[in-house]
Amino acid sequence: MTDFYDITGLLTEEQRMIRDTVRNFVTSEVLPIIEEHNQAMTFPMELIPKIGALGLLGPTLPEKYGCAGLDSIAYGLINQELERGDSSIRSFSSVQSSLVMYPIFAYGNEEQRMKWLPRLASGNAVGCFGLTEPDHGSDPGGMVTMAKKVSGGYNLNGAKMWITNGTISDVAVVWAKVDSDDSKSIRGFLVEKGMKGFTAPEMKGKYSLRASVTSELVFQDVFVPEENMLPNVQGLKGPLGCLTQARYGISWGAVGAAIACYESSVEYAKSRIQFGKPIASFQLVQAKLAEMLTEITKAQLLCLRLGQLKNEGKMKPAHVSMAKRNNVAMALDIARVARDIHGANGILGEYPIMRHMANLESVKTYEGTHDIHTLVLGQEITGIAAYE
Amino acid sequence: MKIIVCVSHVPDTTTKINLGADGKNIDPAGVKFILNPYDEFAVEEALKLREKNTGEVIAISVGSDAAKEAIRQALAMGADKGILVKGEKSDSFSVAEMLAEAIKPIGADLILLGKQSIDFDGMEMAPMLSELLDLPAATVVVGLAIEGTNVTAEKEVEGGKEIISLSLPCIISAQKGLNDPRYPSLPNIMKAKSKPIEEISGSPASGRTSIIKMDKPEKKRVNKIIKAEGNPQGAAIELVKLLHEEAKVL
Ligand SMILES: Cc1cc2nc3c(=O)[nH]c(=O)nc-3n(C[C@H](O)[C@H](O)[C@H](O)COP(=O)(O)OP(=O)(O)OC[C@H]3O[C@@H](n4cnc5c(N)ncnc54)[C@H](O)[C@@H]3O)c2cc1C
Ligand SMILES: Cc1cc2nc3c(=O)[nH]c(=O)nc-3n(C[C@H](O)[C@H](O)[C@H](O)COP(=O)(O)OP(=O)(O)OC[C@H]3O[C@@H](n4cnc5c(N)ncnc54)[C@H](O)[C@@H]3O)c2cc1C
Repeated sequence: MTDFYDITGLLTEEQRMIRDTVRNFVTSEVLPIIEEHNQAMTFPMELIPKIGALGLLGPTLPEKYGCAGLDSIAYGLINQELERGDSSIRSFSSVQSSLVMYPIFAYGNEEQRMKWLPRLASGNAVGCFGLTEPDHGSDPGGMVTMAKKVSGGYNLNGAKMWITNGTISDVAVVWAKVDSDDSKSIRGFLVEKGMKGFTAPEMKGKYSLRASVTSELVFQDVFVPEENMLPNVQGLKGPLGCLTQARYGISWGAVGAAIACYESSVEYAKSRIQFGKPIASFQLVQAKLAEMLTEITKAQLLCLRLGQLKNEGKMKPAHVSMAKRNNVAMALDIARVARDIHGANGILGEYPIMRHMANLESVKTYEGTHDIHTLVLGQEITGIAAYE
Repeated sequence: MKIIVCVSHVPDTTTKINLGADGKNIDPAGVKFILNPYDEFAVEEALKLREKNTGEVIAISVGSDAAKEAIRQALAMGADKGILVKGEKSDSFSVAEMLAEAIKPIGADLILLGKQSIDFDGMEMAPMLSELLDLPAATVVVGLAIEGTNVTAEKEVEGGKEIISLSLPCIISAQKGLNDPRYPSLPNIMKAKSKPIEEISGSPASGRTSIIKMDKPEKKRVNKIIKAEGNPQGAAIELVKLLHEEAKVL
């Protein structure tokens, strides 16, 4: 396993055990089946109970809700190992953990937590997070999905798009603008499968994250009872708070995808003979491998320090922006160079390269595009928001 | 049911091994150690038996502090407590003696262990413990059934299988195929931290054999797999080409 600076030496025994357990799980349960699902454009549903039993869902939440109560570095390592398998699997778990369980935990009341968290932790229920709309991506504040106050609850109308896990979800955390006499702010709602007027058709024709379910969420006069509104947050800081958690995991996840591409490249370069010698003996190939390892090592250190800051409660959203932006771009660059090293073989599904490369194109865009994170950093540095 | 599982801490098969300066041992620096894979089958079997019959599973290892990692792994899989016998593992017999000494006072119904540890591949531990503890043993077992004190063990033999009957208390060494070891769940990994590991000191090494010298294999064999999917002719041509041009045997 790629660990040039012995980052393992900075981990606790539990963190190492958790990483190695997830690594073994991915090697024996994910890698053998993922390419087939990727080609067929299906999510490996059979993994959900296994992922739940392992404790990978909502792992940082308290034991009371059936979770493991892990620290943030352990959570990061889980993401790294899952994404070494495939970004789709990591996306499934990121959404469930950071975008569904986290808001129910952080913004929900105790009844909502007890109703959903244990089921989501075990994988007996699946959740999704509906923020993006067809016409509002980077600018979610402009959303047009409306929740009109009616007696006993809200009447929800609108549509969300690009929603991971949508079609397979039992519960959707949906962000909508409340339309009532005393409030116009964004609120979170727990929209349940089967509620009248709610549908979640799957989006087809993707070239990226093919082993992940991506859906539309359509709300036509959906009655959502009062008790399904998340009581403890108002405004855009609700969804943005969740995204900070998920982006943190993605920063680690991208390193996993990069490691998969790098390790495949090293192995390939050492065994591929051209001009009578392994291509690994050519300077140009060595330069590529050296660059890859350096970038991975830098990204690993960025993650570890970010995790320490998060554990200490000192992590700022801009810290996460830097890591998400850097690490995803790094992984995408490495995937492209890896494709080159693999020559024509690099385009085949027999190697993980193109799958990771195509996946990372989504990862670069979702959870705040690369450019938006650039602008978040720009604002952090200058005090001036350039994206508004 | 009181079940003891003997576990050992061994180098991961994927790590690169270097010899120590004395040439009599491996250099542990940079080597990743894991719970011996055959012991995982033993732990799993113990946990299944406990789930069926209630009782207690105790993981025991002989070695230095580092061996606690193997015990911790067994605890994370679900064992109840651990015992570390601190002592120098000079050879298999010295380990068997220290294990036997620690096991004797516990009064276990069943002692499970992997058929071999993947470091020295001795396959000696179960028979040695059988002698030292004066208990019946079935080794290299792929199937186990326990009714009351009657134990039926199944092992694979050339071209068939052998069914052995023995009674508790006894010793069983596990072969691959006995079961499908569980992954330690993350909550259990966290709980393992607070499970007790008792430390006792083993009697001084009483080894009967000693290592004179270790050598690394002359040259690493380069294995190559030629994929035949859909094109067996092509694969055959490739094989002949490699035998001719690279291996130079044709
Ligand atoms: C596979 C996949 C899964 C997803 N899953 C989810 C999910 O589960 N839940 C969810 O809510 N959303 C999800 N998304 C949506 C994702 O979060 C959005 O795609 C993302 O926020 C970008 O929005 P957009 O696609 O509308 O692009 P746009 O916002 O239209 O951006 C297009 C381009 O313009 C640039 N741009 C936009 N504004 C500015 C500016 N002010 N200055 C400079 N450049 C700018 C962007 O950087 C980008 O390059 C998913 C997306 C994908 C691809
Ligand atoms: C979709 C597709 C269609 C194709 N169609 C045809 C076709 O119709 N007819 C045909 O004949 N071929 C065809 N090809 C094959 C194509 O021309 C080869 O893939 C290409 O020549 C590269 O060879 P390779 O894939 O064996 O990679 P390799 O030669 O093994 O190269 C692997 C890597 O090593 C590097 N490398 C190799 N040697 C050196 C060196 N000395 N110094 C530094 N770096 C080195 C390369 O730049 C590359 O990054 C096709 C390939 C593809 C992907």
